[in-house]
Parts: sequence; structure tokens; C-alpha cells
Amino acid sequence: MPTPDDADLHAYADGLLDEAGVAEVERYLAEHPADAERVRAWRDMNAALRHTYNPVLDEPVPERLTARPPRRWRPYAIAASLLLAGVALGWIGRSAFFGLPLAGSPASALARQAAVAHAVYSPEVRHPVEVWAAQEDHLVAWLSKRLGTHLKCPSLATLGYTLVGGRLLSGSNGPVAQFMFQDGRGTRLTLYVSTQKGDPRSTAFRFSQEDKVAVFYWIDGNYGYALSGEMSRADLLQVATLVYKQLNPE
Amino acid sequence: MDNHPIVQHIPRLRRYARALVGDRYAADDLVQDTLERAWNKLHLWRPGSDMRAWLFAIMHNVFVNHARSRRYEVERSMEALPVMAVRATQGDHLELQDIDRALGTLPVEQREVILLVAVEQMTYEEVARALAVPVGTVMSRLSRGRDRLRHLTMGSASQPLKVVK
Repeated sequence: MPTPDDADLHAYADGLLDEAGVAEVERYLAEHPADAERVRAWRDMNAALRHTYNPVLDEPVPERLTARPPRRWRPYAIAASLLLAGVALGWIGRSAFFGLPLAGSPASALARQAAVAHAVYSPEVRHPVEVWAAQEDHLVAWLSKRLGTHLKCPSLATLGYTLVGGRLLSGSNGPVAQFMFQDGRGTRLTLYVSTQKGDPRSTAFRFSQEDKVAVFYWIDGNYGYALSGEMSRADLLQVATLVYKQLNPE
Repeated sequence: MDNHPIVQHIPRLRRYARALVGDRYAADDLVQDTLERAWNKLHLWRPGSDMRAWLFAIMHNVFVNHARSRRYEVERSMEALPVMAVRATQGDHLELQDIDRALGTLPVEQREVILLVAVEQMTYEEVARALAVPVGTVMSRLSRGRDRLRHLTMGSASQPLKVVK
């Protein structure tokens, strides 16, 4: 750096030069008072700006900024893409190349339908549910009657989720119950309970990623359960385990 | 959630937005719009990369995209400044609101560069990345912005700018 240029002077004022550069510029400024004055003014300006705006760092952050906003993806587009994927997978599932009817099995259809229902209803602001949590007893009694069983609504409070409410949906095998839960930052989970055709059977937990929606699902006797949420597999598994434990007390 | 890196950057985003926009509420609107976009685009952020740079780039885009609608343009006012800064001016040579007002008269491009360098203390390369312009452009904006700010805040060039801490 024989003679520092303006860029060097700025970098000096902003503390961006290494030791050698600093020495070089200081030697130059000692002999060029006009430039020294400019540089000093820049440094004073930097200090004044920091002094003016730094206190913002200590202000309490308004609540509206700390809450993670509700997802604003286009639910209907996602529902449509899931349906399309479902059709495609269903078609592949019929192929003789697949020894196991994976994609076309009733269990995976359950995951898909649950994910679609989640994508459609969870972003709703005003009408996410038909019956709100305030009438939980009525909600559970009503959905139990429609599904022809004694439904239980799990309590997920230990994981920070509270019940929003629920609604009745129609599935391929008849009525379906959907319970919706929400945590403090607005992340929503839905539990989808449907009746299953055929002989009663039970399956282990299964996982399916349906576009952005993660789903853990299982079949227990005549009923299929699917827990959907837009979150990591590990987080969702934690909730799914709690749901399963509550529905199947030992 | 409070531990999420995005949340940890909120105070810095607020500081920058306040200086950029001037008005407290308009600035928080800008922060809110920035955060909303960041949460929705979080899957595009590469883990391990600089989150501050990513967030400031988003804020720049949100700000520029709304520039035409003048959404964040509000008269700069005393109330915009943090209480401490205003108090600190009493008896000082430099009225701190003067530098805020002077800053408000600079073209937005110069204001952004000056703030990112002076307040956010980014390197010129970091500023270039956040604003998606070449480093040379950063330097010319910095140079012109500083000249102008110097003349605005000092009147005559003979009186140095003083901040009494």
C-alpha cells in the first residue's frame, strides 16, 4: 500500500484494515491533515450513529415480532398437489413391480387423506374447527356418536399443545373426526381418526412425509389414526407417542 | 422458540430498521414483514451459513419491494429515537436527532450502506452480499453518503462532530 486510496481510508475509519494497513494509513494521515480530518469525521459519524441507534437493542421486543407467524402457505394448492401425488402413487401402487402394495395400501391412504385434511383446515384463521375446545365434552360425544365408537381426545398440554377444537369430515370409509391442537406460537397439529374397512387389525407407527406435512399414522382395530403437522419427524414422533399412550392406557 | 437463531437477530433487525425508516412503528412493520418472509423461507437458508447476512438481505428486499408503495415512509420524528439517545443529547454539541434527520435525507441506497457499515459493522463484502451489489458500488455509495452526511451535520467543515458519551 504505497499511497492509500480513498477505499483504504474508509476501511481504516471502519476498522477493517490489518495491522500493517493501519500503520500505513496512519503514516499517510500524519502528513495529510485534510484527509486526516475527513477520516476523523467519518469515525465520529460512525460513533454518533451507533450511539443513536444502539439503545434500540435494549428495548423490549414487541410481542407481535416474537410470535412465529402462522404458516401462510396456500392450503388448497398443497391439498391439490397431495391429491395429485396420491393419484400418481396409487397408480404406481397397482403396478406388479411392487411386491408390497405400499402406496396403495389403506394405511398410506390414511396418511394422505389426513395430510390433505390438515393442509386444508390448519391454516384457517376464523373457522379452523366446527366445535371449539370450550365445548370439548360435546365435541367428543358428537364425534363418538358419528364414528360409532367411544372416542377419547388426548391432552397434549405437557408438550405445550392445547385443543383448538374439532370437526367432522367425510373419508373414503365414512365419517372422520379431526381434532386440532395448537401451541403458543401457533403451530398446529391435527389428529385424524377414521374407521377402517375389513377385519380389525393393528399396525405399528408408520411415518409419511406428504409434501410439507409430516404424518405419523397407525391402525388400531377398526380405527385408523393419523397425526399431522408441519414439523420435523422427531418432534412429531414425540407428540404421536404421547397421543398413542393416552389412547391406549396400559 | 426463543432460542431460534432468527429470534436472536430480532433486536439487530429492529435497530437497523429504525435507523433506516425513522419511525418506530413503520420500522417494526418492516421487521415483521421481514420475519414473516424469513420464517416462510427458512427451508432456503443453508445451515452453517451466516444467518445475519441472510436476514439483512431479506429485509433489504422487503424494503426495496415496498419502496414504490411508500409503505414504510413516515416522517422522521423525535419519538422514533430511543429514549436513552434523546436524553444523551442534552448539553451535547451534537444533537443526536440531527444525525437521524440528516440520515433521513440521504438516498436510501447510501443510507443502507452507511448503516450496515457503521452500526451493523459489516465488512464491505458482507454489505455487498446483503444488498446484492458489487463491492465497488458499496464503496461509491459509502463515499458519497459520508460526504453528504458530513456536510449536513457539520454545516461548515471546520467544526468536528462530537459525541459526548
